[in-house]
Amino acid sequence: MLSALLIIAASLFFTGLINRTKSWTSGRKGPGVLQPLRDVYRLFRKGSVYPATAGVLFRVAPTIYLASLLMALLVVPFGQEKGVLSFNGDFIFFAYVLALGRFLTIVAALDTGSSFEGMGASREALYGMLAEPAFFVLMGSLALLTGHTSFHEIFNALHLGSWISYALATLATFVLVMIAMIENSRMPVDDPKTHLELTMVHEVMILDHSGFDLGLILTAGYLKFALFGALVVNLFIGMVPTGYAIPLFFLIQTGMAITIGGIESFMARFRMSHNPQFITVLTSVALLVFFGVLLLSGRFL
Amino acid sequence: MIPVNLFLMVAGFVLVLLPFLKGKMQQAGWLVGVVLMAGLSAVPAWRALTGTPVEWLLPGNVVTGEIPLRLDGLSAWFILIIDLVFLSGAFYGVHYLHFYHADRNTLTLHYLSFLLLQGALLLLCVVQNSLVFMVLWEVMTISAFVAVIFEHEKWITVKAGINFLIQSHVSLLLLMVGFLYGAIQTGSYDFAALSSLPGGKGAATALMFLFIAGFGIKAGFVPFHTWLPHAHPAAPAHISGIMSGVIIKIGIFGILRMLLLLPMDYTTIGYMLLLLSLVSGVYGVMLAIVQHNLKKLLAYHSIENIGIIGLGIAVGTIGLGSGHSFLVTLGFAGALLHTLNHALFKSLLFYTAGNVYQATHTLHIEHLGGVMKKMPLTALLFLVAAIAICGIPPFNGFVSEFLVYTGLYSWMREASLVALVVIIFTIMGLVLIGGLALLCFTKAFGIVFLGSARKETPHAVGEVSARQLAPLWILALLILLIGTFPQWFTQALAEPLALFSSTMTAGLSVIPGHSSSFSSGMVAPAAGVGEPLTTVTGIVSPVAVAAWGIIGISLLLWAIRSLVLRSSRQETSPTWSCGYVAPNPKLQYTAGSFARSYTKLFRGVLTFSRKEKGVEAIFPVGGHYESHASDKVEQWVIDKPVNGFQWLMSRFLFLQNGKLQVYILYGILFIAAVILLPVLAGWFSALLVFLKQL
Repeated sequence: MLSALLIIAASLFFTGLINRTKSWTSGRKGPGVLQPLRDVYRLFRKGSVYPATAGVLFRVAPTIYLASLLMALLVVPFGQEKGVLSFNGDFIFFAYVLALGRFLTIVAALDTGSSFEGMGASREALYGMLAEPAFFVLMGSLALLTGHTSFHEIFNALHLGSWISYALATLATFVLVMIAMIENSRMPVDDPKTHLELTMVHEVMILDHSGFDLGLILTAGYLKFALFGALVVNLFIGMVPTGYAIPLFFLIQTGMAITIGGIESFMARFRMSHNPQFITVLTSVALLVFFGVLLLSGRFL
Repeated sequence: MIPVNLFLMVAGFVLVLLPFLKGKMQQAGWLVGVVLMAGLSAVPAWRALTGTPVEWLLPGNVVTGEIPLRLDGLSAWFILIIDLVFLSGAFYGVHYLHFYHADRNTLTLHYLSFLLLQGALLLLCVVQNSLVFMVLWEVMTISAFVAVIFEHEKWITVKAGINFLIQSHVSLLLLMVGFLYGAIQTGSYDFAALSSLPGGKGAATALMFLFIAGFGIKAGFVPFHTWLPHAHPAAPAHISGIMSGVIIKIGIFGILRMLLLLPMDYTTIGYMLLLLSLVSGVYGVMLAIVQHNLKKLLAYHSIENIGIIGLGIAVGTIGLGSGHSFLVTLGFAGALLHTLNHALFKSLLFYTAGNVYQATHTLHIEHLGGVMKKMPLTALLFLVAAIAICGIPPFNGFVSEFLVYTGLYSWMREASLVALVVIIFTIMGLVLIGGLALLCFTKAFGIVFLGSARKETPHAVGEVSARQLAPLWILALLILLIGTFPQWFTQALAEPLALFSSTMTAGLSVIPGHSSSFSSGMVAPAAGVGEPLTTVTGIVSPVAVAAWGIIGISLLLWAIRSLVLRSSRQETSPTWSCGYVAPNPKLQYTAGSFARSYTKLFRGVLTFSRKEKGVEAIFPVGGHYESHASDKVEQWVIDKPVNGFQWLMSRFLFLQNGKLQVYILYGILFIAAVILLPVLAGWFSALLVFLKQL
């Protein structure tokens, strides 16, 4: 339960912090850290405009999208505290429940009959497909390292000791952060601030959503950041008692938000055709972690 | 003896009676026949599944010898799946066939072939005499062929049917060689004799390779799959559902049965199956994405799912070889459950595709669109099946894939270096399959059912009747039920799993010391041989809770949303198109463009043929663009050898010159050869004797 509450708490400021960092690096005054919340609150009270071609599915999809994220949130542990649900193979469930949300957002985008949204949907499906192996290989390496197959047990048994384990943790963090960026359609892959429909991925899929539904989608986006942030945090706090872990949690989440803001400020988006290449590289990095674990566990003779 | 005789009598009676009935009576007779056969087989099967396996001994005749019929857990599981799919297929098919009611002869033939197919499939699960098994296999093939070529006035249907017939006979040939070898070596046609095959592990393993190829053709493993994407679209919808739901599964059944019988080298076979399944899974879905025909897309997806089932079997088989009982349990449980799951969602998908075909008279994805608004229930059913087939919770596909994943991840702890590398690539493959399936089904569902119609249909499109949808709702309900109460179904797997566990104990007595290698005991708590059931149920029950969680949270959010939206204003306006004010359906994204970034990425594996005429000049008069994906494996395995053979044979065309005199000459030459050859041989041997004496 604690982890769910903490993730929700972190999601309150995560996106605001990214925006704040971006405005700071570009010399703007920028909106307050809580501005995203105000946006969502405003959207929740607004009426909605639905495209004429769209049917029921378009209206249902945002709800299930957010529900899938909330469900994924329930299996993520916090240090020594279990998630609300913890079972063997819960990380498989985690990835597949996110796929449920992805399935419905893609389908909802196609429901509008717009070419732009179809384009975004096609890219989302492709990038999601390419990014997933990285996550599974990474979790597989951690499962092999610790001998466990649930988030809570894996993170609890994870201790960093030798130099190689630090290297592996760095790589794992890199992979997780990058998966978070792809899942959230952020900078190296997608630019949330672009103004051209042709170059968007996630933003273009939700072009026609409005009002309450758009609010749900934005909320889901905020949660997603904090969710992957929590996974990164978990890599480091398995052995730390809960009392120290909570400040550490917020520290790492803040650090991650600022890093993402930094990446977004100083990096350009890749060309669309280079994205698959980049995402596949993540899987290779995850494989590197895997072979590192093989080395560490002495399976190479 | 009674159930089997009763079953044969009922089947025979219905088959004889049916041609003499007419119209509605014939239809009713057919349905009664299907229900009776299903009922008569389901009762003993259910009893076998709950712990009382039966064995009957039919006297047979001089040629076949005694015919043992053994109904154990494995047979029972498959019999129940067959019954379920055939019942839903028949009750759906009645309405689907309604449009062909004028064509009485074809219908009669179709009813008969349907019943024969059902009978043959059911009997194949229990007959354990290899000679009778092969006869039944042939009956199944021919009746399936007749069922497939229902629309025989289309040449493409007949072509697909003949392709199926020929490839099925290649399958039969391989099985025949295998069974006859077994019969000669053991001196009995009884399956049970195979377990004491002389020649040790080597012979049994070699025989298993033969059986995997033979049964693999039926199951549709790549590269034996090429008949499948042709036959499925050609058949009427209910037959496609049955083919994909159960006919290809009989190949899986055959492989599982042989795994239980032959004393083979499980590790070798396991790794080979793993490779075969992984290739099938990934290749099947990769080809599925680029198909333009909805049923062909679904057919390629069957290959993918056979791959997933095969992965489960492979994991279990490797467990048999290495003596890890949790691998055996998880692998085979995943495979068997996925067999049921695939039968459910794939037949549902084919039936709903049939509904779309009935309403719009096309299955070309690029011509469809916006069907959901006209056929909301069909669309909902298709959506449920599509989410399920992608392995996404809270539906059934996730449960079986979860079991295979859990098997693979738990295997890691015990595996050697080579095995670990194999595991990680298998996991990657399985994840890739899941991701590609999502791409494929968002495309299929999104383009066919959503947006607006891309082509005008000549008449109004409307929902099919409630009675036609009824069997589909039952399938959808089962899909949801397995997703939310998987424990019930894994408990039913206890008997079949016990069979595999006992195979392992039998094998373990040969290699002692492996039984207790499972020590760390965190996951899959050291499943003892006697208790495979608790493990699987223990593993899937939290998944059930999570599935309920998704449903609960979604409903809660939906309730909040409805509450909030009650007071807010809602409007409709045209879809955003950058300010363009006259959008039309042709501006929508097409299936081809949806898959384009994917096809660009994987162009090494895919081959396309394109026909295109660009839009030129200032006042263009029209252009067109068409692309068709072709199957590389089919080109290399089927087309090229067949073409080569045809070329070779065409060298001898001069023999067939149409002159009667020459043909008579051939006849005389043949007769002369027949008479002279023994004489010549006699002379030759005499010459040899003479030479020796020199």
